[in-house]
Amino acid sequence: MNERPSPAASRLAAGATPAVSARGLTKRFGELVAVDGIDLEVPRGMIFAILGPNGAGKTTLMRMLATLAEPDTGEASIMGHDLVGEPDEVRGAIAMTGQFASLDEDLTGRENLVLLARLWGFRGRAARERADALLHEFDLAEAATRQVKAYSGGMRRRLDIAASLVVTPSVLFLDEPTTGLDPKARQGVWRMIRGLAEAGVTILLTTQYLEEADQLASRIAVIDHGRKIAEGTSRELKAATGSGFLHVTLGDPGQMHEVTRRLERMLRSQVQQSPEGGIVSTPVASAVEASEVVAALVAAGVDVSGFSMGSPSLEEVFFALTGEMGEADDTQGGDRT
Amino acid sequence: MSRATNGSGVAITRVERPARPSAVSNALVFGWRAVLKFKHVPEQLFDLVMTPIMFTLLFTFVFGGALAGSATDYLQYFLPGILVQTVAFNSVYSGMGLSTDLGKGLFDRFRSLPIWPLAPFAGLMVGDVLRHLIAGAIILTIGLLLGYRPENGVLGIVAGFGLLVAIGFGMGWVFIVLGLLIRTPTTVMTVGFTFLFPLVFASNVMVEPETMPGWLQAFVAVNPISLMATAMRGLLGGGATAAEVGLALLAPLVSTVVLAPTTLWLYLRR
Ligand SMILES: Nc1ncnc2c1ncn2[C@@H]1O[C@H](COP(=O)(O)OP(=O)(O)O)[C@@H](O)[C@H]1O
Ligand SMILES: [Mg+2]
Repeated sequence: MNERPSPAASRLAAGATPAVSARGLTKRFGELVAVDGIDLEVPRGMIFAILGPNGAGKTTLMRMLATLAEPDTGEASIMGHDLVGEPDEVRGAIAMTGQFASLDEDLTGRENLVLLARLWGFRGRAARERADALLHEFDLAEAATRQVKAYSGGMRRRLDIAASLVVTPSVLFLDEPTTGLDPKARQGVWRMIRGLAEAGVTILLTTQYLEEADQLASRIAVIDHGRKIAEGTSRELKAATGSGFLHVTLGDPGQMHEVTRRLERMLRSQVQQSPEGGIVSTPVASAVEASEVVAALVAAGVDVSGFSMGSPSLEEVFFALTGEMGEADDTQGGDRT
Repeated sequence: MSRATNGSGVAITRVERPARPSAVSNALVFGWRAVLKFKHVPEQLFDLVMTPIMFTLLFTFVFGGALAGSATDYLQYFLPGILVQTVAFNSVYSGMGLSTDLGKGLFDRFRSLPIWPLAPFAGLMVGDVLRHLIAGAIILTIGLLLGYRPENGVLGIVAGFGLLVAIGFGMGWVFIVLGLLIRTPTTVMTVGFTFLFPLVFASNVMVEPETMPGWLQAFVAVNPISLMATAMRGLLGGGATAAEVGLALLAPLVSTVVLAPTTLWLYLRR
């Protein structure tokens, strides 16, 4: 959990206009309301995560904030500049690393960065020096003269993020920065994101993984079907979900209803049933509470054939927040240990 | 300046934005990108010149005698036309390239930068012009080896290549618009050639229209490709009138005036 405000965040503290401020942002594609009246306020210097399953509207929301798509209704400002009225000022203050690499595959890593440096206004040698400094910072110096098409997924991501930092942006948008990366590359990107926040960059990132939001962000907004269904610190969201989920595997699935009733009485929280595996799951406050619950079940004669605890998956957060199963089919966020 | 460390333990340095560059500077940067593409993907030249070389050889030796009495006489008529055809066909590739780039999110990066919005397209044009000049030079060289004689000499060739660039520029907009409208590069190619084939074949590029039916002759007479081929013959071989050159430039001019703003509108539509 990352609750410590970065030094830059405290330096810039109250008084300044928020880095991102949105009211009622809405985007339709024909009948489909991809983003439905989203309010957002991201203070300067913060890492803010937008958490939601595939198709929730994360990319569409980011594209609007990065001036790539125009909102149908609603308004937003970035660093005090209105999105629609002052797009060029907004573009001068932001950088976006999209969900899919925005690099020229035919060019080398270095050429990609020199190209962007020149577009920002670095001339001749200054552009080359800026590119080399970035390649060095992002551990890509050795691959500098190779074509991007020969890069690995992790290298591409790093270069793509470096490409967003030619000029240090006030606000950096990262759309699913670690999706598709192996754990080691993911750790690398996380460290990079933390480093940027330390340097005072406001970061708005999207993710499908609760764990990622938890690891990086001071605040998390949960969105689904284009709507924001919850927002808070990781701790607040977990309070709504419990600190983790207890999964109990029943030796006799016939006891499922009885066990469910018992757990609901004991914990006063919602219980999920997965009849196929004979598993019941419920949020618990702590590992101690979980062990007490299991002991009580055994004492009451329930045939417990196994149990485990895991941090809540995105699916379980949705379940806790909305009382219904989320559409998330991706449970990578929950490490069932 | 503040410093912090990233994953590799190296300092991330805050870097401020330099003075905003001019629109021309932005466009030149994209032109440089086009040049880099030549360096990294030299195979593209193969695509660009193989078709015209085959056309030149086949038409000259297979049809030349029948159409003009001898292969060399036909080449004298055909070569300026094949130059125009080459530029027209090769414009299709830039539309495909744009469609490919757009599908990859690269242009999202460009669009989120505070730059002159038309700069990426100006860069595409630079690449096109280079392609046209290189392909034109190769075709002309082959023509010269086969016996083509540009009666107007070096000045004529320079003027002719100037016209080629103008044609390529006008044609470029057509395919940039197609590239913006169509998401799949191969569809851009199909649509492009469907539009170009009748235009190129129902023209005076390959044969004089005298033997064609009247209605077709009427079309050939106003077909911009014919006007371009006629002007090109005049510039290279002698006898070009200002009116001919003016008519040849009309289509590229109209295309630029209409399609450049269309491009901007399509690109910024969001
Ligand atoms: N250009 C578009 N045209 C039509 N529908 C779109 C377009 N972009 C996104 N959508 C739809 O909008 C919804 C939200 O998509 P998106 O913002 O990409 O979600 P996420 O990034 O959270 O996966 C999805 O149902 C998607 O199919
Ligand atoms: Mg997305």
